[in-house]
Amino acid sequence: MSSDQDKILLDETRGFEKRPVRDNTAEILREKREVSEAVPDAEARKLMGKRSRRSFLTGGVAAVAGVLGWWWISDETKAGLYRRSFEFNERVSQIFFRPTRLVREFPQDKITQDRLNGFEGMSEGFDAAAWKLSVGGLAGRSDDLILTMDDIKRLPRTELITEFKCIEGWSYIVKWAGARFSDFAAAYPPKTQSGAAPDIASRPHDLLSYVSLTTPDEGYFVGWDLPSILHPQTLLAYEINDQPLSLEHGAPLRLASATKYGIKQIKRIGRIEYTSERPRDYWAEEGYDWYAGF
Amino acid sequence: MGKRLEKKHPLAIRWQHWINFPLLTMMIWSGMLIYWANPVYSVKVGGYELFHFFPAWFYEIYNVDFWGFKIPDYFPEWSYIWLGLDHRLAEGLQMHHFWMWLFAVNGLIYVVYLVLSGEWRALLPVPGSLKRALFVTLHDAHIVRDLPPQGKYNDAQRIAYTGVILMGAGSVLTGLAIYKSLQLSWLTALFGGYEWARWIHFWLTIGFIVFFLVHVIQVALAGWANFRSMVSGYDVIDAETPAETAVIAESEVPA
Repeated sequence: MSSDQDKILLDETRGFEKRPVRDNTAEILREKREVSEAVPDAEARKLMGKRSRRSFLTGGVAAVAGVLGWWWISDETKAGLYRRSFEFNERVSQIFFRPTRLVREFPQDKITQDRLNGFEGMSEGFDAAAWKLSVGGLAGRSDDLILTMDDIKRLPRTELITEFKCIEGWSYIVKWAGARFSDFAAAYPPKTQSGAAPDIASRPHDLLSYVSLTTPDEGYFVGWDLPSILHPQTLLAYEINDQPLSLEHGAPLRLASATKYGIKQIKRIGRIEYTSERPRDYWAEEGYDWYAGF
Repeated sequence: MGKRLEKKHPLAIRWQHWINFPLLTMMIWSGMLIYWANPVYSVKVGGYELFHFFPAWFYEIYNVDFWGFKIPDYFPEWSYIWLGLDHRLAEGLQMHHFWMWLFAVNGLIYVVYLVLSGEWRALLPVPGSLKRALFVTLHDAHIVRDLPPQGKYNDAQRIAYTGVILMGAGSVLTGLAIYKSLQLSWLTALFGGYEWARWIHFWLTIGFIVFFLVHVIQVALAGWANFRSMVSGYDVIDAETPAETAVIAESEVPA
């Protein structure tokens, strides 16, 4: 196309004011344009050049400073930044956390194929029949309480069909049965920070703030905040899809919860301890979010 | 003869535009580290898989060495040495859940600015935009000669830029639906559940990449003055032809 034709085309199209308003989005929405007084070409070039130089210099300095700055920050500082960011997100999550909010539960026919993953702390030679659960940090006693499966099964039985979510990104719908952790805590309440008698219903903030759960060989360990573990959709589970838990799924007793990722739902629990200290957590020590809660 | 300087992009919008570039890059990159742990999505036609996200070669070039700089080298090693996995899920989650704040806040400030400054008038499409955008496309393809009248942006641009803002909002909302699927379970349900929220989140990301590629090609075709205006805010125009638009700037357009 010749430049003359280009010029004609430009004139035609720029003359939009001659057209009906309805054919021009800019006019329909009353877009405003800011245009300077007409100046000679050389003057315009000078003005534009001045603005352009200043902006490219500012932008260039900002870009270089950003890249070099990020480069200059040490890996340890970045790791610390990301860790603190997880902790900040956790505080925000806790501000908005309501124990009354529930995740969707599914009908029986929505159950999907289960999947096995994560065998840390599941050392060989484990005798499920001889299993006992030790519980520490209980109100009114300084030593551990030793419980059996019968003690757990005496607690009200709860069934839960929810989506099990792995932090890797996959999920399946599964039916758990067991005791609500909140029922367990009501029967075996934690110590309080004030030393007064525990009152889970009306003074939950006085209770020890965390729960540490470990496998019998201490090869796997998770830390929970008390509000998440007392959520009604967190179970001490002994059945999966109407069958007793298999060893691979965490027999005889595991955590099953709709409130956190699978990494937090420890299998083969050997010990539960209420504690005021933030407990160690296996995957948090590998760089994952300690809270890992929905 | 003579020229005029036209103010095209306010300072705030230029900063937000350029700040968004590294932020979105970080979100997409860390998102891919996360996706890598469970790469399940593909394009299928009638049960036949056309393209799987991502094929093996992609993961190889992803770790490619640029003159001694591997992209992953900019981030701490301790978080992915464990198990010898090159997937680096923990690292991806760390980055994603840090940069998400900056991405969302920058986007939110941008939208608030659009509303308060009136810049939305230059950006939003109207129902008739679809027809005019089609003409713009045909014109760009040298099929028709006539170009519909336009302001700062043509109607195809209006649709594309408004669309990408909505995509950004969609990414933030589906991200929240995935991240807080219990406390925000109503939002998760709105997107059809957890798995659907993940699916939408993933395809929006592919959408950003497609937008980016088209955007860069179009900017390259539009030339230097257009690019310069996104940095300096100004463009030089002929004095006579758009003189009447200068009047538009000073007085209200009759409806």
